[in-house]
Amino acid sequence: MKRHIDFAPMSRRSFLRWSALVGSSAVAVKGASASKRLFVPASAEIPVGGSSTERMIRVGCPSHNCGGRCLLRVTVKDGVIVRIDGDDRPYDGVDDPQLRPCIRGRAYRRRQYHPDRLKYPLRRIGKRGEGKFERVSWDETLDLMASELRRIRDAYGNEALYVPYGTGSYNQTNGRQTAQRLLNLFGGCLGFYNSYSWACISAATPYVYGTSVTGNQRQDWLNSRYILMWGWNPAEMRDGTNTEYILRKAREKGARTVCIDPRMTLSAVSLADEWIPIRPGTDAAMMSAMAHVMIEENLVDAAFIKTHCVGFDAETLPEGAEGAESYKDYILGTRDGVPKTPDWAEPLTGIPRATIARIAREYATIKPGVLYQGYGMQRRAYGEQVVRAGCVLAAITGNVGISGGWASGIALQAPDGGPFWLVFPTGRNPVRAMIPSYLWTEAVLRGKGMGPEDGLRGAERLETDIKLIYAVASNAIVNQHGNVNRTAEILKDESRVEFLAVQDNFLTPTARFADLVLPVCTQFETWGLEDGWKYGDEVILMPRIVDPPFETKSDYAICAGIAERLGFGEAYTEGRTEKDWIRWSLDYYRKTRFPGLPSLEEFEEKNLGVYSVPVTKPAVAFEAFRKDPVKHPLPTPSGKIEIFSKRLHDMNQPDEIPAVPKYIQEWESPFGPEAEKYPLSAVGHHYLSRVHSTMENLDWLEEAFPQRLFINPLDAAPRKISNGDPVRVYNDRGAVVLPCRITPRIMPGVVAIPQGAWWTPGPDGVDRRGSVNVLSSERWTPLAFGNAQHTIMVQVEKAEKT
Amino acid sequence: MTAVKQWGFFFDAAACSGCKACQVACKDRHDLKAGIHWRRVYEVGGGVWTPKGKAWEHGVLAYNISMACNHCRNPLCADSCPTKAITKRPDGLVLLDTTLCIGCRYCEWACPYGATRFDAATGLVTKCTFCVDAVDAGEPPACVAACPGRALDFGDFDDLKKKYGGTGRIFPLPEEDQTEPALVIRPHRDCARAEGAAVDVINWEEV
Repeated sequence: MKRHIDFAPMSRRSFLRWSALVGSSAVAVKGASASKRLFVPASAEIPVGGSSTERMIRVGCPSHNCGGRCLLRVTVKDGVIVRIDGDDRPYDGVDDPQLRPCIRGRAYRRRQYHPDRLKYPLRRIGKRGEGKFERVSWDETLDLMASELRRIRDAYGNEALYVPYGTGSYNQTNGRQTAQRLLNLFGGCLGFYNSYSWACISAATPYVYGTSVTGNQRQDWLNSRYILMWGWNPAEMRDGTNTEYILRKAREKGARTVCIDPRMTLSAVSLADEWIPIRPGTDAAMMSAMAHVMIEENLVDAAFIKTHCVGFDAETLPEGAEGAESYKDYILGTRDGVPKTPDWAEPLTGIPRATIARIAREYATIKPGVLYQGYGMQRRAYGEQVVRAGCVLAAITGNVGISGGWASGIALQAPDGGPFWLVFPTGRNPVRAMIPSYLWTEAVLRGKGMGPEDGLRGAERLETDIKLIYAVASNAIVNQHGNVNRTAEILKDESRVEFLAVQDNFLTPTARFADLVLPVCTQFETWGLEDGWKYGDEVILMPRIVDPPFETKSDYAICAGIAERLGFGEAYTEGRTEKDWIRWSLDYYRKTRFPGLPSLEEFEEKNLGVYSVPVTKPAVAFEAFRKDPVKHPLPTPSGKIEIFSKRLHDMNQPDEIPAVPKYIQEWESPFGPEAEKYPLSAVGHHYLSRVHSTMENLDWLEEAFPQRLFINPLDAAPRKISNGDPVRVYNDRGAVVLPCRITPRIMPGVVAIPQGAWWTPGPDGVDRRGSVNVLSSERWTPLAFGNAQHTIMVQVEKAEKT
Repeated sequence: MTAVKQWGFFFDAAACSGCKACQVACKDRHDLKAGIHWRRVYEVGGGVWTPKGKAWEHGVLAYNISMACNHCRNPLCADSCPTKAITKRPDGLVLLDTTLCIGCRYCEWACPYGATRFDAATGLVTKCTFCVDAVDAGEPPACVAACPGRALDFGDFDDLKKKYGGTGRIFPLPEEDQTEPALVIRPHRDCARAEGAAVDVINWEEV
């Protein structure tokens, strides 16, 4: 008889302890605690099926900035959502596949009817961050918002007002853009640019290609013969609904797929022929070594390099940079005496030299090929380098501008950059100054005087620190920003940020620091509209399908109320309701991208849910440039692919912003002195139980993907850690305690803590939930001023049972 | 459509990422509280890491088994039930009538797949219904329709075998001759390697 496992639960199961983890919040809410809970228990008591009052509505999955945009069929009975199904459109071909939701959409009832949803406006009564609130009326709330906005503007100017980055709610009339419109009409506020998602890849890609539109439409992967999934994990982060499905189809057509990642991800298991574990932060070293193999073995596309690229070698350096170190100089070690061979890269990456050489040969010869760059590896100390290094590999193998190839970089969808995401008009911000989104704590601490050296745009210097923060759908103030303990200390000082308003569905770690908490309804409870995320030519309607419970209101309605008190209510709404703005948005889409888009009335009458355009002839980025680089030059200074960037060269910071992409040892690294105290690299990967920090605390998701530290058996054994033990993970910035999962699916020397868990400090300040940002740093990258939140070194030890 | 003789599930282990959309779709359709999983996704994994100089070589393997009730042709759960609460329909579905269940849990011991799930709150056993209402209405079970990887299918067992070939067992499932599951599986590339190696289900706390 073959070896098998007894699956009978009685012999295997230990009692799940998730319930203790997701228990109700310990926050004291005066006046609100005795309220009746709006909670539909998941039990057979919920009536399903048959009733005449029951109706099914096709609706977009609430948009929280995951990489998917999916269609739900929501069954509503007597004003309550009783069931959520997926897309049922009969056609499911690769050109226009069903938009099937993941567990987050499927489990949405657990969020919609969660007992911890905010129900009433709350005003702080304790110290800031203490989490003590009292219930207040909407009149008091809106009056206070208006008076604080006025007071701080009058005292410090509009630059002191800030509506921070945040994507917790992310479609037209839901999310921070509603507040941006409000502030713009109020004379403006300090702006920001870039994001916590892809600061480096969005900044670095245009230095190579002059544009961010570097991606073919996904269906073109069916023409690829080789796909390198580099730090790319679409199955978990959902990089576009159906990316997994299209990759599957590409494999069925014969494409070989290789996944390079410190973790053997869900994608590595289901989408790749081979998994190559790599030490975090060393991807540019492997890419450089691959280039070395290609150069030594004459595998580069010399003709394409000559006609379409600058700076590969001394002969092709741009004008004004003669004599500088070319890419080939760097790779061969002509100047620094260090040839970037596979032997050189092996101890850095942890990948055997033969494997590096083999992957180089495969990618250079099995054509056309895709080198797809995930975003995790660019949220690192020198995240700009890995982006440019990947683009260069695509260029020197001649995979740019051809069907089945891929230019790498941020890869917005050709031909036009793809979906719009937000079309709701925020208007013009009269304040032109913009900070990099990750430097907002700097603007709180030392905003006055910040200038271009801190990435400031639009002004020479800032005139004031940030004094008021109005965070709408943003948990990036406390939980999602690097170094939570530092941020908490900054916010506790009420003389710095004088007023913090937080508008959200739940009392997030950010909301706990609020002076005023404004309760928002969910996206099921107001009108919305979404289109594809990075890919996908579709528009999905999000009608209001149930009523906002208790005293919750939409972001739009709240901002309209504040606008009215500030004296420009009419200018804010232009007389439109949320639904009117959705009609307006549909018209906008029809005029710009989708002439065949149905009217709102047709959407409603036919219960369409979604309008999608089949992709039968996928667009290829840079096709015209490929055919004739003289007639169709790139929007770079040279008109060509800039392997060497003179713009970067002229910045004259070669150690951190080299003109050609280089491997640079990170400021926290296994190779630095810090590794003696903190020998393990930690990464905070995306997790299917949350969208960033949204959908935390949902039982169906927590039991499916519990918050754990993932650690290799070889790292667990010397620490005497057994599977499931609570472990303490720490560095100089803080400590978290959470249970561990010992798994071979992570590289030795690396641990992973799924990002987004809510910071829950105990009396000793140690986080008990596993918020990875307790360990991450506020330090930013040199060129993009982006977040380097995955560059973390830690130590792990067994924790006492608590 | 000719009458179905035996409904069955198809599972493509090669295409399953372990995302659990099937599991959660099932929970939503049937209002299952946390802790009760009619469909479960077992993560099978193992393999060793070997240092090679300053690099690592690995023999790590991993794949998933998404499994509900296999609506076996020889349902030992039904045989074990003292109140005959578990019966087999003419179309092969193995259904449990909770009004007859006394919570003795013999079926749990009998089923080698862990398909019957005891609910401590009610004192009764519950299990996958193959979404019988939907299937009778010509619609797919919730789990099948949910799969983003298109790794699940359903149909008449003989038709599924013809359509997909495949196997009825991958490691570490019990051999088919015990209960004759109505399950057709396309193996993941790692399944063959798993049989003799130090490999186990590594997510017991989730299933």
